[in-house]
Amino acid sequence: MDNILFLSSFVFVPLLMLLGLWLARNINQVRGVMVAGSVALLALAVYLVFAFLDARAADPLSEMLFTGAVTWFEPLHIKYAVGVDGISVAMLLLSAIIVFTGTFASWQLKPLTKEYFLWFTLLSMGVFGFFITVDMFTMFMFYEIALIPMYLLIGVWGSGRKEYSAMKLTLMLMGGSAFLMCGIFGIFYGAGGQTMNIIDIANHTGGAHAIDFAQQCIWFPMAFVGFGVLGALFPFHTWSPDGHASAPTAVSMLHAGVLMKLGGYGCFRIAMYLLPDAANELGWIFLILTGISVVYGAFSACVQTDLKYINAYSSVSHCGLVLFAILMLNNTACTGAVLQMLSHGLMTALFFALIGMIYGRTHTRDIRELSGLMKIMPFLAVCYVIAGLANLGLPGLSGFIAEMTIFVGSFENAETFYRVLTIAACSSIVITAVYILRLVGKILYGTCENEHHLALTDATWDERFSVICLILAVAGLGMAPLWVSDMITTGVAPVVEHIQNASHVVSQSNPFL
Amino acid sequence: MIQLEYVLIISAVMMFAGVYGFLTRRSTLAILLSIELMLNSTDINFAVFNRMLHPEGHEGYFFALFSIAISAAESAVAIAIMINIYRMLKNISVDKLEKMKW
Amino acid sequence: MEYTLFILLLPFLSFLFLGLCGKWLSHKVAGLVGTFSLGAVAVLSYLTAFEYFTADRVNGVFETLVPYNITWLPLGSLHFDMGIMLDPISVMMLIVISTVSLMVHIYSMGYMHGEKGFQRYYAFLSLFTMSMLGLVVATNIFQMYLFWELVGVSSYLLIGFYYTTPAAIAASKKAFIVTRFADMFFLIGILIYGYYCGSFGFEFDAEGFAKGAFMLPTALVLMFIGGAGKSAMFPLHIWLPDAMEGPTPVSALIHAATMVVAGVFQIARLFPLWIQYAPQALSIVVWVGVLTAFYAAAVACVQSDIKRVLAFSTISQIAFMMVALGVCTEYTTGHHHVGSLGYMASMFHLFTHAMFKALLFLGAGCIIHAVHSNEMFAMGGLRKYMPITHWTFLIACLAIAGIPPFSGFFSKDEILTACMAYSPVVGWIMTVIAAMTAFYMFRLYYGIFWGTENKELHAHHTPHEAPLTMTLPLVFLAIVTVGAGFIPFGHFVSADGQAYDIHLDPTIATTSVIVAVCSIALATYIYKGEKQPVAEKMRAALPALHRWAFKRFYLDEVYQFVTHRIIFAHISKPIAWFDRHVVDGFFDFLAWGTNALSVQIKGLQSGSIQKYAYVFLLGVLILFLIVLI
Repeated sequence: MDNILFLSSFVFVPLLMLLGLWLARNINQVRGVMVAGSVALLALAVYLVFAFLDARAADPLSEMLFTGAVTWFEPLHIKYAVGVDGISVAMLLLSAIIVFTGTFASWQLKPLTKEYFLWFTLLSMGVFGFFITVDMFTMFMFYEIALIPMYLLIGVWGSGRKEYSAMKLTLMLMGGSAFLMCGIFGIFYGAGGQTMNIIDIANHTGGAHAIDFAQQCIWFPMAFVGFGVLGALFPFHTWSPDGHASAPTAVSMLHAGVLMKLGGYGCFRIAMYLLPDAANELGWIFLILTGISVVYGAFSACVQTDLKYINAYSSVSHCGLVLFAILMLNNTACTGAVLQMLSHGLMTALFFALIGMIYGRTHTRDIRELSGLMKIMPFLAVCYVIAGLANLGLPGLSGFIAEMTIFVGSFENAETFYRVLTIAACSSIVITAVYILRLVGKILYGTCENEHHLALTDATWDERFSVICLILAVAGLGMAPLWVSDMITTGVAPVVEHIQNASHVVSQSNPFL
Repeated sequence: MIQLEYVLIISAVMMFAGVYGFLTRRSTLAILLSIELMLNSTDINFAVFNRMLHPEGHEGYFFALFSIAISAAESAVAIAIMINIYRMLKNISVDKLEKMKW
Repeated sequence: MEYTLFILLLPFLSFLFLGLCGKWLSHKVAGLVGTFSLGAVAVLSYLTAFEYFTADRVNGVFETLVPYNITWLPLGSLHFDMGIMLDPISVMMLIVISTVSLMVHIYSMGYMHGEKGFQRYYAFLSLFTMSMLGLVVATNIFQMYLFWELVGVSSYLLIGFYYTTPAAIAASKKAFIVTRFADMFFLIGILIYGYYCGSFGFEFDAEGFAKGAFMLPTALVLMFIGGAGKSAMFPLHIWLPDAMEGPTPVSALIHAATMVVAGVFQIARLFPLWIQYAPQALSIVVWVGVLTAFYAAAVACVQSDIKRVLAFSTISQIAFMMVALGVCTEYTTGHHHVGSLGYMASMFHLFTHAMFKALLFLGAGCIIHAVHSNEMFAMGGLRKYMPITHWTFLIACLAIAGIPPFSGFFSKDEILTACMAYSPVVGWIMTVIAAMTAFYMFRLYYGIFWGTENKELHAHHTPHEAPLTMTLPLVFLAIVTVGAGFIPFGHFVSADGQAYDIHLDPTIATTSVIVAVCSIALATYIYKGEKQPVAEKMRAALPALHRWAFKRFYLDEVYQFVTHRIIFAHISKPIAWFDRHVVDGFFDFLAWGTNALSVQIKGLQSGSIQKYAYVFLLGVLILFLIVLI
């Protein structure tokens, strides 16, 4: 019971924040509630990391720690079951950091500040709930809770073609959810219809039995595509550029930083873990798609002219790398995938925060209209360069370790098919350099040609604070990756082992093998 | 003694007159009248069947009475609606009632 | 040797300090912080070298020391370590880097005096020095790659130091992307190496190498492509001439003495593998080197920007080092040491070249400082205005031309000997290139200090000798250049670590000196005078050749074409279009289709009860009929 309460506090704190926001009378009270809540969440996440490391040292065998369950819908055996492993702890920490910095990044937001933060908090509640549960249905519920507020956040507080983008994003993600629900119920009934608990289904305990291979091959694509839509899997990624371009700053941060990670996490935790035979059999199709994502996103980013579009396509490329690494199905690559989720989450949040700040001043995101910002807003410009360098994999920042882990891991698969894809994915590091440097050279360097921009001011304290926190996180992960990597490996290893030990290991349908 | 068939013929004629009126008339008032006609034809059937087939029971009469009461209430509501529609549109033809479509 | 950690730590701390607090420091303090931390690094490096080379040899070789090695990132069965490894070449590199870097730090106090962004400049210099030192002491190939990327980034930042100049922005971008492209191959090489040999480390693991032997040539060649990118080998050299847009001391440090020799260092580091597992592949190194050396020397003969001449000369000289490594056919040194001579020659040339090329660049910096132009037409006759620069520049020119007793003579002579032993063809080609080197260097020398003086410009703004902070490094480097040739280099660095004495081959030495003197004489004849009729006549006689060489054989244009016309216009643009119109269009079409369908069927929900009643009645009739039948 203590475990449940402990982990559930990640949901209760946002609930309390919602209550507080509802009662808040003016903007200062709203800000107060948000700061208190996000600090509490961050503190909880940090505490959880240490508690988890201690508990893991004491109990190296259990897959999930801090487990507990309460039944809430008996006929379908749906439980509110919680538990965390190395991966979810890392993701919780990431979410807490993004929510914390996102609060500061939307400090000046107007109008309807209170309502904005209400939806923002609801969104973050969905995200936290998603990462703490181990029950498929509850997970799905939190997933939906995280998706719905997005529509309003973009539709009301967005910019540009916001109604179109909000509708597109919501419809595409809902379409994904439909597939996902089919997949989840398929898994549930395929495994005997006795339990929704992920661990039970995977280990055939609690009344679950092994799912037939033929069934697995139906549910795997459903579940994978369902989550893959959120993870920007080619060709289901097109909501991402429009959605990100229209979303307000903090929403972009939370969405690209955390919500897209739900996709990768779900693919790994549900689609691959529960359907290991099909993952081995059909993984190659998705591997090709993700390989395309990686290169294709990078090439598309090269010719975009809107700052957010560039970053959105770059996210397609980087999130593609996450799914790509997961599908490589070995410890190193999967650890790399989680590292990449962390790294991408932090640096893309940083990017979107900076873009939001630049847009807030110049009122344009068109790179053809921006130039010489280094002289005008040196702080933001320098941070932008750092974010760009992190994005192109500068050693010492987080992007490098994630990419290297993924590439080394991918290279462990010796078949030509995997080799070719790995080398193709490697080429993305060059293309990334091209679009990042093009962007940096265009908007930051040179002399400012627009005289209206000359009078603009540099970052305010809340913006500086938010950006510095993110840079510290990016640099911290990049300089000392050992402990994070170890923690993630403890979470990844049992899952990967489970998939590698499946009865069906060699793909029959892959024509390239 | 009047035979059952005669009464049923009358009620059938009333019924189809009502149906025809319901389908063809454009005035809401006429449609309401047609509905009443149909209801009354069923009322007659209830009473007649009760009288001819189950003389020991009273369910048919009760049902006919219920139906009359309900139709009275329904006409009251319908006429109220019509009056409102008339106030708004100065017309009670169903062709003009497209405000709430789709 | 635990203190070697500070060699890396001090510049890093100075980078952090200057980068974060630079805004609140005065120029003087910032410069002094950078210079003193680098001074400490230099002292520590000399101490390391002294201790290392005075320690006892084990079986005739200096022991490889690894004072630090920690696992930085576990990668499955492999691991990414960070540490410090001291062996003869890394210690030699420590000396080279810390010496040149210290000189550049001192020099920059004068050269960058009053520049905006002075603190930033010193921060980046510290970052670069840290990365370069980390690169040479790497204990494994992955650590080398990490610092390799870091030097790339610091080079990018320093080339783009004048970030408001479009040329500098373009040059920095170009430098980074070209080397990144090469690094991709390096990375793939590392992945192959790690996977097949089971380790990223440099320690000789015979079992692992035997297992991966069949893939090692591929891995090594891929890594060589990475090295070729960094060391500006043809055809990946295009970034280096443009990189001259950076401040001149930066060119001296990064693009002449240290970073650009990283590729040579990489091959030297992996040399035991090359010689044992991929001896045939070494011929690729030789021929790439020969081609580059020739190409760069040819282009250098006609450039008018003095820094460009020096840049092409650097490319050519690095190619000499590459060739020297490539012609090394034996690993063991001994009585027949000629086969393994190339390795030592290459490292020796790396050492001497670093000193005299840094001297040349710093001298060029003084000249540019004095006349405010890079172009030769603004110079001429400067010897009377700047005596110290003139004399030190002359020493460096004599060294690079290979005139005894200057250091370049000794190292170049060893290279030529090694080439001759490998194949007379290569040997003679390299001799010709050496002659071209002497020619273009003296063309440069006469063009700057003698020749036609631009009196109009000089009257307007009299050139003056540089301040002491700038001339002091020149004098120091000139002394090193004069003396370095007498270092018994073979005692410290050789292919297998055994000490041996350098012998001068009298035939080759005489030939090369004669050739060099002839070239210098030719250059003197053509370029020394106030009027230069011969040069004019030659230009007029071969206009096409001159134009092609001046335009660097249009390679930049080819690259420009490939990147912009092909990659941007024919890959990126169509992909972006495809994404917007086909992939996204498909989803928009789905939404539109759903909408259109509902528009079609919404007529059924007319809201008219009478229509519903018709349908209802029809349904009743049909049911009735069905029941009847």
